[in-house]
Amino acid sequence: MGPFMGWVRSFRLQSMVLCWFVLTAGLGWLITSAHAQPIAPKAAADAAIVKQGEYLARAGDCVACHTVPGGKLFAGGRPMETPFGTLYSSNVTSDPATGIGKWSADAFYATMHIGRSRDSGLIYPAMPFGSYTKVTRADSDAIYAYLQSVPPVALPNKPHDLRFPYNNRSLLLGWRTLFFTEGTYRSDHTKSEEWNRGAYLVEGLGHCAMCHTAINALGGTSEAKAFQGGLIPMQNWYAPSLTSNKEAGLGDWSLADISDLLRTGISPRGAVYGPMAEVVYNSLQYLTDPDIRAMSVYLKSLAEGSPLVPATATVRVEETSLLMRLGKTVYDAQCASCHGGQGLGMPPQFPPLAANQSIQMESAVNPIRMVLNGGYPPGTIGNPRPYGMPPFAQSMSDDEVAAVVTYIRAAWGNRGTAISARQANELRTAPAD
Amino acid sequence: MLACASCHGMQGKGTNNDYFPRLAGKPSGYLYNQLIAFRDGRRRYPPMNYLLEFQPDAYLQAMANYFAAQRPPLPPPETPIVSQDILALGQSLVTHGDPARDVPACSSCHGASFTGMEPAIPGLLGLRPSYISAQLGAWRYGTRTAAAPDCMQIVAGHLTETDVTAVAAWLSTLPSPANPTPAPRGSLPMPLACGSEPN
Ligand code: HEC
Ligand code: HEC
Ligand code: HEC
Ligand code: HEC
Ligand code: HEC
Repeated sequence: MGPFMGWVRSFRLQSMVLCWFVLTAGLGWLITSAHAQPIAPKAAADAAIVKQGEYLARAGDCVACHTVPGGKLFAGGRPMETPFGTLYSSNVTSDPATGIGKWSADAFYATMHIGRSRDSGLIYPAMPFGSYTKVTRADSDAIYAYLQSVPPVALPNKPHDLRFPYNNRSLLLGWRTLFFTEGTYRSDHTKSEEWNRGAYLVEGLGHCAMCHTAINALGGTSEAKAFQGGLIPMQNWYAPSLTSNKEAGLGDWSLADISDLLRTGISPRGAVYGPMAEVVYNSLQYLTDPDIRAMSVYLKSLAEGSPLVPATATVRVEETSLLMRLGKTVYDAQCASCHGGQGLGMPPQFPPLAANQSIQMESAVNPIRMVLNGGYPPGTIGNPRPYGMPPFAQSMSDDEVAAVVTYIRAAWGNRGTAISARQANELRTAPAD
Repeated sequence: MLACASCHGMQGKGTNNDYFPRLAGKPSGYLYNQLIAFRDGRRRYPPMNYLLEFQPDAYLQAMANYFAAQRPPLPPPETPIVSQDILALGQSLVTHGDPARDVPACSSCHGASFTGMEPAIPGLLGLRPSYISAQLGAWRYGTRTAAAPDCMQIVAGHLTETDVTAVAAWLSTLPSPANPTPAPRGSLPMPLACGSEPN
């Protein structure tokens, strides 16, 4: 296994993520000479293509990494912490000297499709070319045309601050052999056009797999464990599997509920938060209804057929009755006003906790962090003034946090396991943003 | 605004916690600037940076308008824990400044009764000494910044540690003014230009 396996596991939000590349690994990758094509003269970009490119750049969420909050659009310089050091995203404005103003559409496509930069060779997979490789040439050209229309910002790329040996780009060759497969999305003709559109967006521009990968596919290899032990400073968020109904699988959700969640950030079944709020805020809220629906159709199909009832054992009453008793007291006093005495919430603004898969998953990181940090769903076109949840870190002890999280994971027929005060305590130091 | 109440109190009137500031009645332009600065990371306090990270400008403006319009009573003034000399120094700096050291009177921007000025200069009442000291410190160390020219950074840069303790202590002893409304826009001399307070 190459030393870069952990890149994708820490990337922009240091979430504990494994990469889709893992699933598609196997085919070796050879350096091709896609780079050698002549630079075409920059054609006057057709306004409609630029507009389409802007839309596709939204679908690819380029802004999340390539723009510093409150800074100039696409000027780069946004730091991304990884266990190997800090990476800085590139300036992709039309500036000829420091951006990509002098790049050809071919050079741009090489970055998207094979992860090779015109200026600096092999690209670190923190730039999700492992997903973008599925993007069609026409869509890549539209994004290129759009980026060439973005006002130039003269800002030289900040050098990455990576430790030896990770600062050596040629090491990426080994990583790529294992984890990168080049190839445009290929339609599955047994499926509907809508399904294929959804798959193209989710697997390609949406780069959803960068965070959501069936962790089980790698099955806790020693390599995976090695990265838990120290290299990843803190497992901040857990991006659930989208293929299992035990986690965030959407097999038994209605298409309308999935679409609401993706487009507005809230739904009758649950709300998004943390890194997923970023995805909805910067990207999904801007997608058209047909595209959101297509993604929903595809996502629903991913988990269809996976068992509905979580297989986890219920909490052993005798061990946890104390936690449950304290938990109920805390819940009734602090949470019931919004989530209801029976955990039914007041959907969609206050999500239900009863029968909500995302709090019963084996990993309890998300509900613990939710209680510690609170949160607002993203403010979107469809939900411009979301209601929020207060943080409790400053007012609750570790025991109380453990008790209330245990309670919501096990009450009302939920089947999550108990958590300890230590687990709660460990997450207090997780960086909040 | 329930998510804010646990730290800022109902209606933003403040809580017993030493460090959580009152929001009620501050000019909405000021509150809005702070919310944008927290969202974009120009002012750092991780729990607030996190809560506001994905909220659009229009919603932040609505939050600011809400808190600016609240008029809950001010908390009773603090009983000072510093010496009379220090309090006297604080009073003198706040009301007259120290021209020899380029310290302008705080009242020249924050108002003679310290209720601030529309649209973006906050009042200095109802804040605890530890909060005021921390803010002045944050400007000196660059973890709080306002729109350029950042006049408060210049003011804070001219204060010594003792000055900070003194002004924070004296300000927190002040009683509520009869009229808590901020002074009208452009009505105060402002010895320095402030990017956040266009005139
Ligand atoms: C998850 C974060 C992330 C996302 C999302 C992302 N990028 Fe990147 N991108 C990076 C990083 C980090 C680099 C620098 C990689 C390197 O130096 O090897 C980069 C590099 C690039 C480069 C190469 C620039 C150069 O000067 O070499 C281009 C072009 C680019 N990105 C375009 C895009 C486009 C277009 C999108 C959206 C479709 C996008 N990126 C989305 C993180 C991201
Ligand atoms: C930056 C990492 C990241 C990316 C990229 C990402 N997600 Fe997520 N996603 C998360 C995390 C973390 C959670 C758990 C928090 C939550 O439930 O909101 C999550 C949760 C979800 C959920 C479950 C929500 C619930 O309430 O059960 C769905 C569905 C989802 N993501 C779909 C997607 C899709 C579709 C994409 C691509 C367009 C995507 N995600 C991209 C990190 C990410
Ligand atoms: C003032 C109302 C309010 C209170 C009080 C409140 N919550 Fe929430 N809660 C919300 C809102 C709104 C969300 C959606 C937040 C988001 O998406 O960022 C939420 C989300 C959650 C989630 C994530 C649900 C999901 O869909 O994955 C959990 C878990 C949770 N709350 C637990 C609690 C617990 C436990 C308490 C008491 C300690 C509590 N909440 C108190 C309003 C509240
Ligand atoms: C966990 C406690 C906490 C929560 C919850 C919280 N705040 Fe704050 N807030 C603070 C603290 C502490 C400061 C001072 C931070 C600093 O600058 O050091 C602050 C500062 C502010 C300021 C600037 C005040 C000034 O006078 O400069 C505004 C405005 C504000 N908060 C609004 C909000 C709003 C609106 C919400 C709800 C969305 C909220 N806060 C939720 C703790 C909190
Ligand atoms: C030249 C005008 C000016 C002068 C003089 C001035 N201030 Fe300020 N002050 C401002 C402005 C403008 C802000 C708002 C900055 C922002 O938007 O963050 C501010 C903000 C503050 C804050 C933050 C309040 C809060 O709720 O967080 C404190 C504390 C403060 N000033 C104290 C002082 C003190 C003490 C003095 C005198 C030593 C002083 N100021 C002199 C213009 C001034």
